Amino acid sequence: MDGVHDLGGRQGFGRVRYTLNAPAFHASWEVRVNALYGHAVRRGIFNMDEYRHAIERMEPRHYLGAGYYERTLTSLATLCVEKGIVAHEELERRAGGAFPLAAPSARGRGNAPQRERFSPGDRVRVRLDFVPGHIRLPGYIRGKTGVVVSESPAYPFPDAHAHGIAAEDEPTYDVRFRSEDLWPNGADAAMVHVGVFQSYLERV
Amino acid sequence: MAQVDFVVRQTATLEQRVDAIQGALDARGFEASQAVDELGHLATEEWLPRNGARVVARAWTDPAFRQRLLADGRAAVMELGLTMPRHHRHLVVLENTATVQNVICCTLCSCTAFTVIGLPPDWYKDLEYRARVVRESRTVLKEMGLDLPAEVEIRVWDTTADTRYMVLPEQPPHTLGWPEEKLASIVTRDAMIGVARL
Repeated sequence: MDGVHDLGGRQGFGRVRYTLNAPAFHASWEVRVNALYGHAVRRGIFNMDEYRHAIERMEPRHYLGAGYYERTLTSLATLCVEKGIVAHEELERRAGGAFPLAAPSARGRGNAPQRERFSPGDRVRVRLDFVPGHIRLPGYIRGKTGVVVSESPAYPFPDAHAHGIAAEDEPTYDVRFRSEDLWPNGADAAMVHVGVFQSYLERV
Repeated sequence: MAQVDFVVRQTATLEQRVDAIQGALDARGFEASQAVDELGHLATEEWLPRNGARVVARAWTDPAFRQRLLADGRAAVMELGLTMPRHHRHLVVLENTATVQNVICCTLCSCTAFTVIGLPPDWYKDLEYRARVVRESRTVLKEMGLDLPAEVEIRVWDTTADTRYMVLPEQPPHTLGWPEEKLASIVTRDAMIGVARL
């Protein structure tokens, strides 16, 4: 889905609020919620792709206004409700107020019917895929051409794995793009490397 | 009198919402509070940048380890007793040189090799870094205090899959010959993310 989470290359944001030795946590509830979602993954309540997708499904105003651990909390609670572990009403009763959850999921998809094996040096184009469900393809590389640098081990295919659809594991390719190809006349010169699932790629 | 169709309820605080989900999981036998103690300890006491710092110091002092680290990061960090979650199947170690600066990010969420380089700092997860570093890398690094000479090529690595990255910083020349432990003490998380040089 082309959600607000897909931030790479968006303009209008100000300076990074950078401090030296910035902490990972600012409050004890953040440590707790980080532990709870990790525990839920270990217990098999949901997988990492479901977790990431439930964050992406947050209502855009909620997503943009929430800090990282509020997004974690919302995903955890949404998935526990969707999996039938706890009712939304019970969560709100226990919390003593509204407990906003993410929006329902749309459909996922399986692997691309035609997948190719690539080698370092191959030129590849990112397919023009527009899907309503989960996808790990940042919008800024869609339709763009780059060069394969290496291949990863096979991973669960996120577009399926986030939706409970059976699919084959597939490798990702480390694809190197030139920033000037991604944003002609609109970027600092750099090489941008992205791990791209095999199903998202075609040979040029 | 107007009919009240719905009641706008105030959103519970974050603390109350965490209490609610933790309590609900506990009530169903998921042992959530126990997990909070165990995983909370790991997150605050074990998954720290000192792990990656040991890896870097070893790579600086042991050329054979450095080769193994660059070839298969996951296997190499495990030699030092470090762990990675099952779903992090691959660790790619990115070697900085005088003319190459590697920088890691996650534009879609906030993924990192947290068991190795530590849980990510707040700014790494904020919207600004995620939106800008892929497109305005040199400008962003400069704003963050790293003003790179024009001849240094910047390579940005967007963590879109479950492959994880860490940057292997260059060893500062004045530290040549230092013992490994002392070397580890100068390696920072931000240098392993690639927004700082040592």
